[in-house]
Amino acid sequence: MSGVDSGFIELDGVEKVFDVRRKTGFMKRAVRQVRAVDAISFRVERGEMVGYIGPNGAGKSTTIKMLTGILTPSAGRLRVAGIDPSRERKRLAHRIGVVFGQRTTLWWDLPLLDSYRLMHRMYRIPDARYRENLDRLVELLDLGALLDVPVRQLSLGQRMRGDIVAALLHDPEVLYLDEPTIGLDVVSKSKVREFLRELNAERGTTVLLTTHDLQDIEQLCKRVMVIDHGCLMYDGPLAGLHEAGESERTLVVDLERELPPIDAPAPARVVRVDGPRQWLAFPAGESAAPLVARIAAEYPLVDLSVREPDIEAVIATMYGEQAERAIS
Amino acid sequence: MGSARLYAAVAAGGFRRYATYRAATVAGVFTNTVFGVILVFTYMALWDQKPQLGGYDQAQAVTYVWLGQCLYATLAIQGGGAEKDLMERIRTGEIAVDLYRPADLQLWWLAGDVGRALFQMLGRGVVPFLFGALFFPMALPTSVTPWAAFTVTLLLATVVSFAIRYLAALSVFWLLDGMGVNQVLMVTGIFFSGMVLPLNAFPGVLGEVVRVLPWAAQLQMPADVLMGETDPLRAFAFQAGWAVALLAAGRLLQSAATRRVVVQGG
Amino acid sequence: MLREGLRAYRLIAGMWVRSSMAYRTSFVVTVFGNLTVTGLDFVGILLMFSQVDSLGGWSLPEVAFLYGLSVTSFGIADLVLGSMDVLGARMRDGSFDTLLVRPWPVLAQVGADRFALRRLGRITQGAVVLGWALVSVDVGWSVSKVLLVPVTVVSGAAIFSAVFVAGAAFQIYAQDAAEVQNAFTYGGTTLLQYPPTVFGKDLVRGVTFMVPLAFVNWVPAAYVLGRPYPLGLPPWTAFASPLVAVACCALAGAAWRTGLRSYRSTGS
Repeated sequence: MSGVDSGFIELDGVEKVFDVRRKTGFMKRAVRQVRAVDAISFRVERGEMVGYIGPNGAGKSTTIKMLTGILTPSAGRLRVAGIDPSRERKRLAHRIGVVFGQRTTLWWDLPLLDSYRLMHRMYRIPDARYRENLDRLVELLDLGALLDVPVRQLSLGQRMRGDIVAALLHDPEVLYLDEPTIGLDVVSKSKVREFLRELNAERGTTVLLTTHDLQDIEQLCKRVMVIDHGCLMYDGPLAGLHEAGESERTLVVDLERELPPIDAPAPARVVRVDGPRQWLAFPAGESAAPLVARIAAEYPLVDLSVREPDIEAVIATMYGEQAERAIS
Repeated sequence: MGSARLYAAVAAGGFRRYATYRAATVAGVFTNTVFGVILVFTYMALWDQKPQLGGYDQAQAVTYVWLGQCLYATLAIQGGGAEKDLMERIRTGEIAVDLYRPADLQLWWLAGDVGRALFQMLGRGVVPFLFGALFFPMALPTSVTPWAAFTVTLLLATVVSFAIRYLAALSVFWLLDGMGVNQVLMVTGIFFSGMVLPLNAFPGVLGEVVRVLPWAAQLQMPADVLMGETDPLRAFAFQAGWAVALLAAGRLLQSAATRRVVVQGG
Repeated sequence: MLREGLRAYRLIAGMWVRSSMAYRTSFVVTVFGNLTVTGLDFVGILLMFSQVDSLGGWSLPEVAFLYGLSVTSFGIADLVLGSMDVLGARMRDGSFDTLLVRPWPVLAQVGADRFALRRLGRITQGAVVLGWALVSVDVGWSVSKVLLVPVTVVSGAAIFSAVFVAGAAFQIYAQDAAEVQNAFTYGGTTLLQYPPTVFGKDLVRGVTFMVPLAFVNWVPAAYVLGRPYPLGLPPWTAFASPLVAVACCALAGAAWRTGLRSYRSTGS
């Protein structure tokens, strides 16, 4: 893991076209070509931690499948650690780790440790290295007490952490994570994030993760790539994405009684009123504190909460912007 | 009235759910046809050697084979109907949700299974039967009455078949896994329903025993009624008797099971 | 490649065996269940012979010989590759993809999927019937006849294995149509339990030349039992089963590779 070569993951005009057959009548079918990934090019350096985001069906998982060698690209050039994934799937497998969010690769009816023993042999990990990795990972992810527990008895969060360990036992140079925090409780989420940060910082493991959770990205990734309709829409720092999307957070205010819309200082504004509850939108980049203080001082406040913008919303506003720009 | 509509909706749901598996249905039709052809040849050889075996002539034996292929999926003779989903729900603990539903658990699953049976009959059963009628000599009645009586026996057969499988599914509350029970269902279903050989061709005491077991209500009764080999009213009584007894047993087991709902960790 | 595949197969199969031990009661029941369910076919044959002395001109020991060969061969193939029918389901739920990111041949992983020792039940049952048939048939045993029996069992297992692999390849294209495979596997072994004389000429032609199941037992059994060869095949074909098996395996392997390549380029 020493040599610093550039472009650890390289995509050059990578495309993936599917034939979609659709029934148009009895025994009749129309074949339509769908461009799931459309001429994507990017490069990820060794040791980067990148968020790969986009709406469902945008082409995220197709890209990940090409990067892991599951799918063969229709066109373009693709290299991971200098290997062409689709041609040398098995050789690549030794150098990558993959965690499919909602699909465990652990053995359901067997103790967690049994799955790790299989990885040990599957990847031919030297005994000493396996021991060392297992001890370290299990400690970091706090799974020590669970190694002898059948996987089916683990909680979702425990299972996810278990899957991450399984994906890292063979010291992969790059780790792909597909929705690693989906459905997890707050404690598990923060454990997973903390672990990934450490893995990236201390072992220099390159991490590429897809997520719906903006906090994953905020807390983990300096760099974000946004894909939609198979095209790379944005590639840059997270802050730039916020700017591009001009995303807003929402303050949900519960008042004592039904009142006219709160008179909030611009740019904050009331977007919805439903009885005593009101929704105020304000820029994601600003602190909620002054707004909250002002409302608390002037209105009979019962409760309030802040909702983070989700990625879909950020992207939606981003495209709105682009569309407008295109028109003008 | 409202609840009748509820169960009708559940049945319609069962029908639609299986109707979505089009490729699987076509594959099933193919497989049943192939098995039908294999069995028909062996039965024809058997009846060549011994005409009038079990009171059937060769055409009746052929009819029996194709009826068996027609009802194989319809009555889930070797399992694979509602009980499969039920077992999975018990195994994963999701059954707890069902127990809070304002509907009767047994009726709910029966309705779904009836919907499934109706689809399997139309989608998967009819074609092999027609194939058989087209290429092999069959003994089918030409008047309406036997067909009407046959329809009634089919309905009763569906209920008996469900009641057997429901009992088996509930055992998962205690066994925690359905694999073993499924095997038992398969063995008993195939053998005692007469998929291997018509029950009336079984020799001696064995024959007398298998002809009064509940599985006889599944294939043998409808076949005999269709081909006029038995009094329809006797067949109805036999099937209804087993249906009531098995459904009652199912309710007993169900209340015992709900008392010890184990929600598995997950 | 082959050694790596066998190693992968062994390790994965071991995991499944241990998984099945998690439910001991069910495991015991399924072992007996498998033994019984596969024995039902023979019970059916016994029931038939309780009514008649011969079927298609063949005596009970002769039919038992066919049955024993067919079921033992099929049992071996079923033990080794019998769970390939879950492939379609694995593709639908996406778990097939997890196999493709591992450093192992996919066929070995798919073949070992849901490996179950309960399938030994069928082999045991088939072997017992075969053993009984061997001592009961009225045959003047020669060295070539004795040797032909084990060769036939192994060749038959290879032919059925090829059918399983071809079926798996087919599932890549028609994920929901796994049952078609049953027509050739379970249907095949059932067909071969009865003498060829029972069946129509076209059917016999089909399972001789199109899907050469006849070489699992019919053709070699004709030599051992001194019966006429099906379709009037020349006598040397009795010894052709190993060649047929090799050809079938090669074709099935090619079909599998084509299917896998197609999956990886279409994602479905």
